[in-house]
Order: sequence, then C-alpha cells, then structure tokens
Amino acid sequence: MNQYYHSIYLNEKKCEGRMRCMRVCPTQAIRVRTGKAEIIEERCIDCGECINACPNNAIIPLTDPFTTISKFKYTIAIPSPALYAQFGRKILPDRVLEGLKKIGFNDAYDVAQSCGEVSFAIQEYLGEYKGTKPLILSSCPTVVRLIQVKYPALIDLIMPIETPREVAGREIKEKKSKKLGLGIDDIGAIYLTPCPAKMISIKQPAEGGKSHLDGAISIKDIYAPLLSAMENLNIPSYKSSLENLCILGLGWAIAGGISRTLKLKNSLAVSGLRNVIKVLDDIENGKLKNIDFLEAYSCLEGCVGGSLTVENVYISYNKIFQLIETLEIKKIKACPDIREVRKRYRENFYFRKEKIYPRPLKPLHPDISKAIIKMKEKDEIYQSLPKIDCGACGSPTCFTFAEDVVRGEAKITDCIFKFPEKFEQISKELIELMRSSPYHQSRIKKEE
Amino acid sequence: MGIDYQIEQKFEIKGGDFGNAGSVSTKIKDKLKEIGIPSSIVRRVAIATYEAEMNIVMYAYHGILNFVLTPQQIKIIVDDKGPGIEDIGLAMQEGYSTATEEMREMGFGAGMGLPNIKKNSDEFEITSQVNKGTKLKIVIYLNKR
Repeated sequence: MNQYYHSIYLNEKKCEGRMRCMRVCPTQAIRVRTGKAEIIEERCIDCGECINACPNNAIIPLTDPFTTISKFKYTIAIPSPALYAQFGRKILPDRVLEGLKKIGFNDAYDVAQSCGEVSFAIQEYLGEYKGTKPLILSSCPTVVRLIQVKYPALIDLIMPIETPREVAGREIKEKKSKKLGLGIDDIGAIYLTPCPAKMISIKQPAEGGKSHLDGAISIKDIYAPLLSAMENLNIPSYKSSLENLCILGLGWAIAGGISRTLKLKNSLAVSGLRNVIKVLDDIENGKLKNIDFLEAYSCLEGCVGGSLTVENVYISYNKIFQLIETLEIKKIKACPDIREVRKRYRENFYFRKEKIYPRPLKPLHPDISKAIIKMKEKDEIYQSLPKIDCGACGSPTCFTFAEDVVRGEAKITDCIFKFPEKFEQISKELIELMRSSPYHQSRIKKEE
Repeated sequence: MGIDYQIEQKFEIKGGDFGNAGSVSTKIKDKLKEIGIPSSIVRRVAIATYEAEMNIVMYAYHGILNFVLTPQQIKIIVDDKGPGIEDIGLAMQEGYSTATEEMREMGFGAGMGLPNIKKNSDEFEITSQVNKGTKLKIVIYLNKR
C-alpha cells in the first residue's frame, strides 16, 4: 500500500457517499461501494476535480499548514506566478513579495526570474531537438502523471527540462546557505501553490529523486493574512515596479503564456484535463507532429485556474494577460541575461537529473492470453448492462463496472438491473428444485 | 490455439465523417492498454489505424475496419467502398497526396498516410480497384521475431 503519495485525502466522517467525486473523476479512480468514497491509488493523478465536486468538503487537499515555517531556521517563500494574479491590477509582484516577508517568511523569492531562465532553456532545447514532436511542458504534475499512467508511449515527449520552481528552490537555498552560514536543511524553501498537485511533485517527484522544495502552502490559506499585510508597505511606485518585471516569468501563470512571451510560432496551449486527454489521444494517433511544443495544464486556463486559488479564474487570467500586453507595448524586458542562461544550459544546469518512467495501470491479467479472455468477458458483461451509468453499483460507469467485475472487485449482482434478473433466475431454479423433489411429486400424484 | 484467445471487433467508418475521425483508433488503443500490450506497440497500432481511418473519412464513401487480436499479433483489415487508387506505387510514395487544398489546410493530406501505415506494420498488403474500393491488411506482431 501507499506506493504512491497523493495530495488528496478523504475525510470519511464527512463523506456521505454522494458520488459527485466518482462521476467527475477523469481517470475513474473513485468507487463508492460501502457508502463512502474510496480512491484507487494507482489510478489517481491528483488533478483535484473531486475536491471541487464534493458537496460535503470531505475531500481535502493535503498541503502544509502555515506553521510548517517554524520547522526551519530560515524560510523562503517561493510563490507560484499564479499568486500575483490573485490581487487587484495595481498590485505588482514586489508588493506581494514584501507582504510575504511581513507575514512571517524570512525572505520571498520571485520565481519569475527562474521562470525566465527556464523559458530560455526551453527555447534552446526546442532549437536543437530533432526527435518526434511535439514536446510537452513538464511543469504541471497532473499532466505528467496522466502521461505516466495513461499515455506511457508519450513519456519521451515530456521536456527533460527542470521546472522553474525546482530551479528556484535549488538556487536560492544554495545562495542563502552560503550567505548565512546555514546548512541546506536548515533552510526551508516553501512553495505557495495554486493546486494540490504541486505537493506530490514535492513529496514524490515523478522522476524519483528528491525535490529542492521543502513544502507547499495553499494560496487560499495565506490569502487573507497576505492581503492585509500588503497595506501600508514602503515600496517603489507602480511605474518603476513595472519596469522590473520579467515578461517571461508572468507567462507561466496562464495557458499559452510561455509560448506567447517566447514568441514561439509553432506551439499549442491546452488546458482542462478533459481537453488535455483529447490532445494526448491525438498525439498518440500520430497527429500534431508538425507542432513543436505543447503547453498542457490540468486546470482550466493554466495555473491561475488551480483549485487552491481565490480569485475567479477569468479575472486572474485577464490580469496576467493584460500585464503581459502592457510589458509588450512598453517593450519592458527585465529578464535574465540570455547569454548567461545559454552558458548554464550548456553546463546542463537546467536538465532534470532523473528520467521519468511510465507507471501503466495493472493489465487485466499478466498473461496476454488470459488478459484477452478477460477482455472478452468484460465486453460481454458490458453488452448486458443497461449503459445508463447510474452509479448505483458504486462504479462510475457501466463500462468501468464491467472491468471491476472481471477484475474481481465487484459482483455482477451489484448492478441494480442485474440483481432482479438473478433473483428471478434463482427463484425459478428453486421452484424447479422443489418440483423435482419426491415429496412434491407425491403431492402431485395425490392431487391427480 | 483456440478461438477463445482471440478478440475480434468490427467498426464502421463513414466517409466525410470528420466529427468522429479518430474514435475507432482511440477505442482500439484503450482496449490494448487495458490488456497490457506494451506501449510501443500500442503506439504503432494507434498510428496505423488512425491513418487508415482517416483515409476512409477523407476519400471513401464507407468502410469497415476489422480488428483481430491474438496473443501473437494484431491484425487489422480495412475494406472500403470508394474511388480506389489508380497507381498504388505512387500512393505509397511519401509526400504524394490527392488531398484537396481544404483538407491540407486542416493538417491532413501530407501524403504520409499509406507510407506511415506501412512503416508501423510488420506485414502490409494493399489491393485496390478503381471505382470500387481499397483493401488494406495490416499485421503487427506482439513479439518481434
């Protein structure tokens, strides 16, 4: 058990088995058999759809509490660029970073710089890459897990470049430990996350190995204190703050932002898990080969749509989008020096250390011949079902129910349509049995 | 080897039905993944069936794709009623296409369909009769011999 870490936790006391989670789960990872939801670990990709669907708030994202910062001698907040989108238009990143210091972090690091570097690294890699296309952005942990679980054939298309949050964590911790004379482990780099999925990439990176981040706090949890901490701060004017913004960094908050700020001509942005699934199916069918780069995000509109954000996704998307436009018009490019980035790129600074491996679902049977027989059984069972996906059996669809039956995880009579049939059949058999008994035979003779 | 160890499924594909294009390939793919066929083979099957499916959607009136899986191989027979191919040699050349400008605009008709199917299969046969239709036989082995 617990082979896979998940950032989602079910509070059984609160769960009333209302099946909303089961119906929305894009990977059919939830069953409700005993009146309570159960999450099937190997199928769950931590997208968080169930969190939003549950009317009882029984599914809880497992992020760190704010008190986690007391575990370290020195803590640095590393906010997702999506955090900048949570506040009004006039609030720019430097105010947010100052606010974070006021609420208790020793320092706050603008991940936009690392985002800028990684954007350039992506550009470099795209320029020299000669293999099958399109390459897929690796920053959304849910998309990476989806590929590991359901599209293992596409695993080599995942960009081998490290995510900006990891680059930032590594860099700032090294810097601070030298400067302050502290051990690396005394410094806590805490990510401020728009979604629970980032938590899994910290606790159990897809590629194995260890994350450079030490925890993740939900944007929702720090929103209120941060909002009041941002008042009455002594920071530069809006205009000079604007001039310090790296346009590439902002791009990471919204779907399509990386391609736009890098001016990539031949890329595609897709967001929302169901849409991502459609596009991955197309890629597996050999389509989209003429696209160079795919930005894929599990949440609608990108990280600004994360389930742990506060602001309406369209408003926050718009804020980032307009900021990008403003910087484009004003030709502001306070981004890292591309020559520096190229140098580090050639030293393999931006490459992920470990390879990501597939994590395919258990086959129907380890032996192909037997798996084929099981598949036939499944098809037959499915054909006999009402196909209305009522969910009363505890499986999300008739199709998954058929699979659960052949895998031995459900009984055919769990289907409320199949149960009366079985009842009728058994009743008939009982009557037959009774009629064939000597006692019954003798009674019939007597009556005659 | 008994018939038990074999799955056979027939799919109908309508010419011009761009809205459902790709759905047969996806259904077959999902089945293979569930059975536990290695992903490299699933990908080859996906590409071959998708291209075959698209050929019917783009050029033929109607077609049947018959899919047979045994523990040794995957066999796909595609039989369409359509204009047929006049010069198979030419159609097998990479880059040759009779697709219309509109189809190309949509990203189809790069002239890679048939060559791509061949590239991804272990056995490939094509027969065609002008004004009648085209038949493809695609075999992909599960264990490389």
